[in-house]
Amino acid sequence: MAVKVEMSPVEIKKNKPYLEWGLTEKEYNFISEKLLGRLPNYTETGLFSVMWSEHCSYKKSKPVLREFPNQSERVLQGPGEGAGIVDIGDDQAVVFKAESHNHPSAVEPYEGAATGVGGIIRDIFSMGARPIAMLDSLHFGEIDNPHTKYLINEVVAGIGGYGNCMGIPTVGGETTFDECYTGNPLVNAMCVGIMDQKDMQKGQAKGVGNAVMYVGAKTGRDGIHGATFASADFADDKETQRSAVQVGDPFMEKLLLEACLELTSQHKEWLVGIQDMGAAGIVSSSCEMASKAGSGMELTLDSVPQRETEMSAYEIMLSESQERMLLCIRAGFEEKVKFLFKDYGLEAVVIGRVTSGNNYVLNHHGEVVTDIPVSSLTDDVLEEPSEERKPERIIQAENSTDWVPEILDVKETLQQLLAQPTIASKEIFTQTYDSQVRTNTVVGPGSDAAVLRIRGTKKGLAMTSDGNGRFVYLNPFVGGQIAVLEAAANLIASGALPLAMTDCLNYGDPTDPEIYWELHQSVLGMSEACRVLNTPVISGNVSLYNENNGEAIYPTPMVGMVGLVKDINKHLTNTFKNSGAKIFLVGKTHADFAGSEIQKMVTGEITGTLHAIDTELESQKFFKLLQAIEAELVDSAHDLSEGGLAVGLVESTFSSGLGLEVALKTMKARDLFSETPGRFVVSVIPENVEKFVEIMGNDCIEIGETTASQQIHLKCQNADFEIQGAKAQKIWEEAIPCLMKSKD
Amino acid sequence: MKIAVVVFPGSNCDIDLFEALHTVCGAAVEYVSHKNDNLDGFDAVMLPGGFSYGDYLRCGAIARFSNIMPAIVAFAKQGKPVFGTCNGFQILTEAGLLPGALKQNDSLKFVCKTVPLTVENNQTLFTTQYKEKEEIDLPIAHADGSYYADEETLAELEENQQVVFRYAGENPNGSLNNIAGITNKTGNVLGMMPHPERAVEAILGNQDGLRLFKSLLENGKVATEEAVR
Repeated sequence: MAVKVEMSPVEIKKNKPYLEWGLTEKEYNFISEKLLGRLPNYTETGLFSVMWSEHCSYKKSKPVLREFPNQSERVLQGPGEGAGIVDIGDDQAVVFKAESHNHPSAVEPYEGAATGVGGIIRDIFSMGARPIAMLDSLHFGEIDNPHTKYLINEVVAGIGGYGNCMGIPTVGGETTFDECYTGNPLVNAMCVGIMDQKDMQKGQAKGVGNAVMYVGAKTGRDGIHGATFASADFADDKETQRSAVQVGDPFMEKLLLEACLELTSQHKEWLVGIQDMGAAGIVSSSCEMASKAGSGMELTLDSVPQRETEMSAYEIMLSESQERMLLCIRAGFEEKVKFLFKDYGLEAVVIGRVTSGNNYVLNHHGEVVTDIPVSSLTDDVLEEPSEERKPERIIQAENSTDWVPEILDVKETLQQLLAQPTIASKEIFTQTYDSQVRTNTVVGPGSDAAVLRIRGTKKGLAMTSDGNGRFVYLNPFVGGQIAVLEAAANLIASGALPLAMTDCLNYGDPTDPEIYWELHQSVLGMSEACRVLNTPVISGNVSLYNENNGEAIYPTPMVGMVGLVKDINKHLTNTFKNSGAKIFLVGKTHADFAGSEIQKMVTGEITGTLHAIDTELESQKFFKLLQAIEAELVDSAHDLSEGGLAVGLVESTFSSGLGLEVALKTMKARDLFSETPGRFVVSVIPENVEKFVEIMGNDCIEIGETTASQQIHLKCQNADFEIQGAKAQKIWEEAIPCLMKSKD
Repeated sequence: MKIAVVVFPGSNCDIDLFEALHTVCGAAVEYVSHKNDNLDGFDAVMLPGGFSYGDYLRCGAIARFSNIMPAIVAFAKQGKPVFGTCNGFQILTEAGLLPGALKQNDSLKFVCKTVPLTVENNQTLFTTQYKEKEEIDLPIAHADGSYYADEETLAELEENQQVVFRYAGENPNGSLNNIAGITNKTGNVLGMMPHPERAVEAILGNQDGLRLFKSLLENGKVATEEAVR
């Protein structure tokens, strides 16, 4: 193989290759003039370009992210580490984070999704926690597009392929379909882990002379500039970006997981810090570990295990090869660590040492190829405040009348809604995930939230991932509030106290003032709801530049929330349990059709305005319902979302063998499909009704009862219809398999 | 009776088996590494599900060469109970302890769901607590569970009542004769694709797998007592 000749510092200044790598001229000049006082060489320029990418530095989003509350009496570790950690009592903690892998999944969907899963799992065990569950949040274009079908099949296969092999159950998530995601699907993965608080780890490298050790897979040329790639718009020539996508090896990661957990739980005295090599590979993990501890670091790149020959320093440092971890090991314990990893068939190699001072020094082939301050990579990035402007479409909507559906045949409308892909059963996808391995899954995919028991305790954890780009698109502030409320509602309906949340902020190009405004407003809305619900943001990820040929996706913040079920025997599902139980609607219904499924189905568009939300009142109602659930007064609870009350009622009968008789005296047919947030369908057996109503007060209204027949009978002011439960379920179950099979 | 749960690199249902036996059934259980070469002191051996060696090459094909395998083969030849679920079943067929092979599912996809099964033979070490022809529900979770054997072998399996579990509803993977689990000719080695260890606790919604372990523990106790006498 021919030796490539790298550009000299002077040539770099002249030819500006860094522009291709995502660094601006202003940044380059700042680096050479202010930070280094000299021209950076080829390797150094590469390091700056990835470390200063949005993906690693959050330079665009940082001013906005500061809005998020990130503390509560339970938070043990907030943002800034591999994942956030929350106290769940008994000296145990739950650890979780979500991450996007949108761009890789658009280009190479199987590996893009698989390595997204792999990356987020490493984040969890880098904290010393055992990963216990995976969730996802997937947004695709419409299923009638053949390329979208291909993306769906491959993304789903990639998620399953990685998670199943790792033996981590994929227990929940969401999948929605809208035109705007056609060229830029969203693939967000969330991992939840559990740990003893005494095993908590940090990604830090301190103590002069301590070893920097590399463990896991060898480094290849895959994924070079993945972080920069994630920070740019797509154009149709994206096929050429395929080499920026990594390839996953879940078996390697399973070995790495077990070996690292043995180290973190049984040999804490050897270990100073541990971090995943994620985006921007060795460079980000090593300089972040040094930066967090205020240390210097010197690495010898010749020691890095390499899969390919003749790799340059630039390539070694920027490679995003998967299944690698970086450890800081107390001097003298290197051999013990090597031995531990060897037992798992893995290589652990000393590649450098912690040094005094603050310099980041890289040696390669006997030469110093980098010598720069650690902080220049991690802390000195130029924040880029962006301009903001309220989008024209929102101003226009505020001055027009909102659309209201006219329902001619309510039964037909309901049946059509049940077949809408965003509402219909996703079992065709979720049954390709092992949702039960490790035998803790009490409630798997398909309910409002997944529920896992915590072995050896009475407790359980409920978890959910939610995002509704349509609402955020119409009103980012209110949409942001709804995203958080919806996630909390899912947990409440499962009988869990919401603890904290993680997020993936998926938006378009932030240099567009309208998109930056959406980002800012939605974060303000989410933050407001988080404060009220006491669910701080403990970790998260930002994915900007989600555009295809200049068309942005809906602004789609994904909320991943985890809740504590105090007594696992009191957890709840959304399915009716007993015939003759009284059915209650919790929460008031208004004419909320903007951004609703029925609006999309009937008009093909998403338009209108959202009503303001009083999150305080919502929160009070949520906690009253939780109180009733914890008092074991409630049989089933289902949070209402897409499709509104009608769909929620029908869903509550699925697989229950029961039917319902409901009369809505104050509602018109169209109100059955309103999507006012913060509502639940709840069933309560007659002997508990009095106590239930006492707790809920005006927040609930009795609307009917469950019946032993499988017949659904709904009455409102201007409609009265019946539908067979089994038939409704069949429509709901067969819609997506049918669409996926059709050959158009 | 003391039971070994063998852990291969990539096994991931090892803890599920361990907990089912230890915590739920109160049995004496130990993990045994694939690196060991003997099973002295154990009365039964269990091979868990998962992805041994990443299922690379072919499910179970690499695990079959691991250090522990000669000891497992010898253990089985002595007539002692050997049980494999999912990947464990695949390893048992690769090792030649059970006839036939597990092919990729007809759907070409991994499938995780609970399916109905018929207990075809309740006279094995593992099934005496089930009724004959009883229908039970057990979870499956596999991509390669389509049982295949040549006609002669199939006929022999049927004739000797080696088919212990059969899919009772829709065949989820394309298995010949709807086979979900079989024993060897002498009945001491059972391999099955469904996961009984996932169905032993009410909180997880299904306890149909519990009697499999209880049958073995009960029968094993009798066997051990007889051996002592």
